[in-house]
Amino acid sequence: MPKGLVLSALVLAVAAFTVHAQGEPPAPADSVMQAQSAPAPSVRPPSALRAYDTPNDHGSNITIEWEVSPDDAAPGSPVTGYEILRSENPDGGFESIATIVGSATIYADNSVEDGVDYYYRVEALAGTGTSDPVQAGPVTASQQWFDRSRANLLVISVLLIAAIITYVYLSTTRELYIRKIAGLEAVNEAVGRATEMGRSILFVPGIQDMDNVQTVAGVAILGHIAQRTATYETDLNVPVSRSIVMSVGRETVKQAYLEAGRPDLYNDDMVHYITDEQFGYVAAVDGIMVREHPAACFYLGAFFAESLILAETGNSIGAIQVAGTAMPTQLPFFVAACDYTLIGEELFAASAYLSKDRKMLGSLKGQDAGKAIAMLAMLIGVGLGTLATITGSDGLMTAYQWLKRLFSLNY
Amino acid sequence: MKRTIPLLITFAVGLALIVAMFIPHVPFYELDGMFSVFYDVIAVFAFILGGGNLLKVHLNKIQNKRRDWKYSIVTVSGFFLVLAAGLLKIGVPDGWSGGYQAPGSLFKFLYDATFQPLQATMFSLLAFFVASASYRAFRAKTKEATILLVAAFIILLRPTPLGYYLTYWLPEPLRFLHIPNLSTWVLSVPNMAGQRAIMIGIALGIVSTSLRLILGIERSYLGSEGK
Repeated sequence: MPKGLVLSALVLAVAAFTVHAQGEPPAPADSVMQAQSAPAPSVRPPSALRAYDTPNDHGSNITIEWEVSPDDAAPGSPVTGYEILRSENPDGGFESIATIVGSATIYADNSVEDGVDYYYRVEALAGTGTSDPVQAGPVTASQQWFDRSRANLLVISVLLIAAIITYVYLSTTRELYIRKIAGLEAVNEAVGRATEMGRSILFVPGIQDMDNVQTVAGVAILGHIAQRTATYETDLNVPVSRSIVMSVGRETVKQAYLEAGRPDLYNDDMVHYITDEQFGYVAAVDGIMVREHPAACFYLGAFFAESLILAETGNSIGAIQVAGTAMPTQLPFFVAACDYTLIGEELFAASAYLSKDRKMLGSLKGQDAGKAIAMLAMLIGVGLGTLATITGSDGLMTAYQWLKRLFSLNY
Repeated sequence: MKRTIPLLITFAVGLALIVAMFIPHVPFYELDGMFSVFYDVIAVFAFILGGGNLLKVHLNKIQNKRRDWKYSIVTVSGFFLVLAAGLLKIGVPDGWSGGYQAPGSLFKFLYDATFQPLQATMFSLLAFFVASASYRAFRAKTKEATILLVAAFIILLRPTPLGYYLTYWLPEPLRFLHIPNLSTWVLSVPNMAGQRAIMIGIALGIVSTSLRLILGIERSYLGSEGK
């Protein structure tokens, strides 16, 4: 046996004995060999390692945070990143789960099981070497029963819901004042005009599906318009771009014709499907406009780039146009091209406004109460912020920051 | 009954989704995704209903030779041509084992040579419509339209060299009148204030409408009771 090998074996045996004698768990011979052959740590380790169950989540997630190595602070630092290791045993068996490049100091481990203790180590990486590790644990992932980050949203929601329900209740006992909405007053005018001209009415409920509340609002208004077209015996044409909207639209129009006492005038083809494709749908609706020259066009729902194409085509045929959407980017187009535009909340108020149903009107008043709360909060916030800046008062600044956080919904 | 059951479903689902917003625990956090899948499943069946309706309307039109019935021939032919090209994988280089959208397939050809150019054409119309709508909106007939015109003029000038050169010479105390600064102010102060007011109104409107639906106050979308 060569002398070198014998010496190496002796050194290994002595090393293994020394480690064991110091109370450390006996390590396999090959890992000791690895430890001896690895380059000496060239950088200092990170510090303040914290591993904790990620709050407000559905479990299976642990967050690891640390402070960068002191050698990572200066420009031209040798630290290239951090290695994150995990084990279920505090003394060994650590396996790398992620390598963070750069100076990030947080990592979310979403590959853990709930209820299991985990230990984490973080090492700074420098070239081919690593720093000594820092260790944290045990930490266990778990699910939470309440998302505390949404507590402010809960408070605001409860306030709003309480205001709306209160006004819905009050509406059953007293008359509520609702301001006139010009766009909705024009609905009767538009239907009347179409009747006088002997032309049809075109209703476009947007290009989104029934899971969009704007489409629901549009279809609700369709019911009221259909009642009037049934009463005046005016043709109604509702091209839709979603099959479910077609089904719901048909039921709504059918109900309206029944309520108006003219089920004989209803036919399923009033509400017809065209295509889900945005511009294919626009081309078809534009074609209907140009060929049939409807006297009135209603665009009520969710719209995107097609809004102006539709509204300008309607304008070119001289139709009276009423539009309404809650898409802020499309509102200027409708305002420019249509006779009346329901801006945002007016679209949602339309159904209540047209039905004159007391409970529905009550919900509008509740909405106004919500606006009053928002305005009050803004006024107080602006006041506190201004005073805090002028006086330099920490108390006012804290109150201002608290109010700001209460209304900051970052989802 | 035809209305009561949907109302109960709406109430239960609406309430469950509101609760799920605040409870991340199983099974609540999965509800949103789960109901979206349910919706997609229903939408698939409804899509067949939509295709059927399209055919019914246009075939009726052709059969009765109603006004502009010839356009319906184009629609029905296009429908069947694309359907056949996709289902039968016509022209797919690898035959049945290849994808229906593979280069060289008839479906891909129809998409590239007809559908895409037609779509681009419709979208391009927007440029002309923006010009015609702007012309009408910016005519200074009223006080409001004049303010709109001035604001739009400032915003439009900002990215141009002219916008810079017109006012770069202004002295320091009047720097706020420099067109790029003025444009930033228009966008970030009056415009932002208006946008936020609209957004707050929209958010409240959505809450109110959703509540009306959940509580069954708004029922028009449910249709007839089968009277």
